[in-house]
Amino acid sequence: MSTQSYFPVPPGVGMEENFLSLDDILLSHERLPVRTECSFPRLGFLERSSDAHDIPEGTKMELPLWLSKGLYERKRKVLSVDLPKVYKEGWRTVFTADPCVVDLHKMGPYYYGLGSQILHFDSPENSDIAQALLQTFIGRFRRTMDSSQNAYNEDTSALVERLDSLEKALFR
Amino acid sequence: MFCEKAMEMIRELHRMSDGQLPAFNEDGLRQVLQEMEALYEQNQADVNEAKSFGRSDLIPSIKLRHCCLLRNQRCITAYLYDRLLRIRALRWEYGSVLPANVRFHMSAEEVQWFGQYKKSLASFMRSLGEGEGLDITQDIKPPKSLYIQVRCLKDHGEFEIEDGTVILLKKNSQHFLPRWKCEQLIRQGVLEHVVS
Repeated sequence: MSTQSYFPVPPGVGMEENFLSLDDILLSHERLPVRTECSFPRLGFLERSSDAHDIPEGTKMELPLWLSKGLYERKRKVLSVDLPKVYKEGWRTVFTADPCVVDLHKMGPYYYGLGSQILHFDSPENSDIAQALLQTFIGRFRRTMDSSQNAYNEDTSALVERLDSLEKALFR
Repeated sequence: MFCEKAMEMIRELHRMSDGQLPAFNEDGLRQVLQEMEALYEQNQADVNEAKSFGRSDLIPSIKLRHCCLLRNQRCITAYLYDRLLRIRALRWEYGSVLPANVRFHMSAEEVQWFGQYKKSLASFMRSLGEGEGLDITQDIKPPKSLYIQVRCLKDHGEFEIEDGTVILLKKNSQHFLPRWKCEQLIRQGVLEHVVS
C-alpha cells in the first residue's frame, strides 16, 4: 500500500512531546538512571534486584523517562535523575571533537529527543548539554543532507545505520 | 514495570511505518484496561488508608500508580487515533469500498467511523465547483497527459470506459486508457503505469 495518504502525528519539537505521537511514546520509554529520595511503599516488586516489600529511600535504579518526568519535583523530595553516559562531560567532549564520527543509533536511537527531555530534570549541566546537542546536530547536518541529495543510486544503508531517529527522518 | 502491554501495542503500529492497518488488538486493549482497573483499585485503597490513618508515606506510591494510569491512557488513545489515521488514508488509497481483508482488521466502531468519514468527504466534494461537485480523490498528482499506457498485473475482469467499450483486464495485457479511470486501479495494484 502506498504511503501517500497516511500522515502520523510527528514527534514534538525541543522539550515538548506530542501526546499522540508514536515516536514520542517510544522515546519516553527509554530508561534513565535515578536515585529515589523517598520510599515507595508496597512497590518493591518494581525493583528487580531485591525481594523487599517497599522501595527504600536512596535506591539506585532505572526508570523509564515517562515515569521519571511524572514523579520528578523540583524540590527533589521524590527522585533525582542522573545523566546517562552519552550526555556527560566525557562524551560531550567526543562530540565536540568530531560529531560525524559517532554512531548515534547505537548510542540509543533517540539521542536528540532524549537529550531534550533530560533538560526537564534541572541538572546543573543543562546548558552544556543543550549546547552539545545543538553543536552535534549542526556538525552532522551538513554531512547528512549532502549524502541524502546524492543517494539516488547508491546503497546508503551503511550511512543511515549510524543516524539517530531525528536524522533518519530528515534523510528521508 | 507497568504499561508493558500498552507499549507492545504501540510498537505493533510503529513497526508498520507504511500505513498498513494491522488487525485490531482487542485482546491487548482488554489487558491494558484490566491493568488500569487494578492500579486504580490499589490507589483507592491506599488513598483511604492514607486519609484514615495519616499514612502520608503512601503518597509517592499513589503518585506512581497514577502516572501509570495516565501512561496507559496515553498509549491507548494514541493507538486508537493512529489507527483512524490509517483508516482515513484507506479512503484515499482504495476508494469508498474497502477490500474484505482490510475490513476484517477493523473493529465495529472503526467501520462505523469509516462510513461517517466517507459521508463527510462525499458531501464536501459535492459542494465544490458551484454545486456541480468535484472528485478530489482523483489526480492527486498533477497529470502529464490525459491517456496513459497501462499493463495489467492481475486478472480483474471486464472494465467499461466512457464511450461504452468494454476492456478485458487480463494479467499482462496492455491498454491505452484515460488516466482518471485508471488511477484507483493503479493504487490498488491491479494496473501498472508503463513509462517507456
